[in-house]
Amino acid sequence: MKTILDVCDLCTSFGPVRAVDRVSFSLRSGEVLGLVGESGSGKSVTGFSVIRLLDQPGHISGGRILFHGRDLASETEEGMRQLRGNRIAMIFQDPMMTLNPVLHIDTQMVEAVRAHQKVGVAEARRQARDALGAVGIPSPEERLAAYPHQFSGGMRQRVAIAIALLHNPDVIIADEPTTALDVTIQAQILSEVQRLVRERNTSLIWITHDLSVVAGLADRVAVMYSGRIVEHGPTDPVLDHALHPYTHGLIGSVPSRNRRGQRLAQIPGTTMSIDRRPPGCPFHTRCARAQDVCRTEPPPVSRGAEHTALCFFPMEEAARLEVVQ
Amino acid sequence: MATWLLRRMFQAALVILAMTVLVFVGVNVIGNPVDIMISPDATQEVRQRAIEALGFDQPLWRQYLTFLGNAVTGDIGKSYVFNQPALDVILQRLPATLELAVSALLLSILIGLPLGLLAGFRPDHPTSRAIMAGSIFGFSLPSFWVGLMLIMTFSVYLGWLPSIGRGQTVSVLGIEVSFLTLDGLKHLALPALNLALYQISMVLRLTRAGVRETLHQDFIKFARAKGLRPRRIVFVHVLKNILIPIVTVVGLGFGHTVAFSVVTETVFAWPGMGKLIIDAINVLDRPIIVAYLMMIVVLFVVINLLVDLTYTLLDPRIRLETQE
Repeated sequence: MKTILDVCDLCTSFGPVRAVDRVSFSLRSGEVLGLVGESGSGKSVTGFSVIRLLDQPGHISGGRILFHGRDLASETEEGMRQLRGNRIAMIFQDPMMTLNPVLHIDTQMVEAVRAHQKVGVAEARRQARDALGAVGIPSPEERLAAYPHQFSGGMRQRVAIAIALLHNPDVIIADEPTTALDVTIQAQILSEVQRLVRERNTSLIWITHDLSVVAGLADRVAVMYSGRIVEHGPTDPVLDHALHPYTHGLIGSVPSRNRRGQRLAQIPGTTMSIDRRPPGCPFHTRCARAQDVCRTEPPPVSRGAEHTALCFFPMEEAARLEVVQ
Repeated sequence: MATWLLRRMFQAALVILAMTVLVFVGVNVIGNPVDIMISPDATQEVRQRAIEALGFDQPLWRQYLTFLGNAVTGDIGKSYVFNQPALDVILQRLPATLELAVSALLLSILIGLPLGLLAGFRPDHPTSRAIMAGSIFGFSLPSFWVGLMLIMTFSVYLGWLPSIGRGQTVSVLGIEVSFLTLDGLKHLALPALNLALYQISMVLRLTRAGVRETLHQDFIKFARAKGLRPRRIVFVHVLKNILIPIVTVVGLGFGHTVAFSVVTETVFAWPGMGKLIIDAINVLDRPIIVAYLMMIVVLFVVINLLVDLTYTLLDPRIRLETQE
């Protein structure tokens, strides 16, 4: 499979603060990458860095973002504009906020078509209608003339997905697109997106804090903590045999039917504020396995080429069992 | 929509009725016009006749009811000074004031909006900082002083623009207007700028605040994620969202501009209603004062109605029918 996107040592800073620190991952055509982490771990900032939509004063301060071999980190603003929505699309977290409340749906879709294609309004409108139909919006022709407030949250997210899919992009960055929806709608949107990207062979970066979503959706998972990817690998090995104590803690804190009656495990402490990152491993303040070396030295990359973790003492089978009990 | 409009009309009628009471009582309190109109050495008999002729011998409530009865038929009384129906006198002066006010309004939009957009999108640019600092002068300097300074600069020192009157006018549909002749435009420039300065500052600051707020909204980010050109984001996505407060301020500002062009008209000797009302107050020409105030009330009511109607065009979430 062809590599579409190759992010290499990406650093994103807000003033002196590094919100994303040496993040590397690659995305092959048709692949789904789950980017997991708590609030403030830098997962959304990573997504916004790739499409270069960082809020001031955020800026990419290092590394490369190779998209089809072209470095987006040094691309011009006009060059980025031509890629956005066209080759790289984005879906946002809160569907109530992503559509402009004072413009008709068709206005917002037609302009998206015409930003990248030289077509007339009628043709653009036809494409918009087909896109709405494809994401499962009933009677798309009539819905085109509606305003965003006349849609429910789930429907608005479908509209946003339809807009993202208009130009059949190579990559879609989805920033927690189901978090703001209620559970039944979440499941619908999830399976809809899964079907659509599979049909079109679109690569997907799915940013979420919800491991159970990733389990069913992603081919590979990257776990972020304090601006770094601490564990990275194919979904099943990462979820079944987590190497990093943090990933392990996250998995332990997901409620599951198999452990009814047991206390839910939790990771002690709270996420370190990113501007007061401790020396050594950023997770050592909350890690039960931390030794002296963790407090002083930056952790090395451990284990094989496919499944990696940033840890001095990656979890072994025995230790995992010990922590679970 | 029709129900809403009817209800609004009814409310407007109540507002106007309440205002007639206030205006009528207020005007009665400020002084007795008979003292000014009749020479002090007139005989008691002459005085008495004048008082009866003007109806001042009646109790106040009866005077009010008579006034109200006449007002319903469109008769607000005759001016003591001009000896013409007060409404006619006012309406003769109305075009001059409206011309001034509309010019000021246009200036405030044409100057205030672009400067506000600039200051909003480039908040750290030196030009934006200069605009924001300048706008403080715009709404804090007293208008008469600015008017005098404009005359000093452009009429006295530079000699570019005339300082008084309307200049050459052209009759359009029976209404005299200045803006169609070069001489008239020259006369219009200074008073219009003077009157617009406050509005420019208000529009500018509101636009900037709106832009700053809207730029951080997700839908602007999403519009950028769609790959839209910056121009479209600014002039469609941002502008349409910030227009509501601006329409409110510009609408009510227009009312203020008409009502309080008094100062500017006095400074520039502009023959409009503002000058008329000052003269009328000086000689206690009650019917003129009442007619003027009533017209301003009606003007504000109409403007408010138009502003509300504009909201529905700008923001689809506002539905007039559902307002209780």
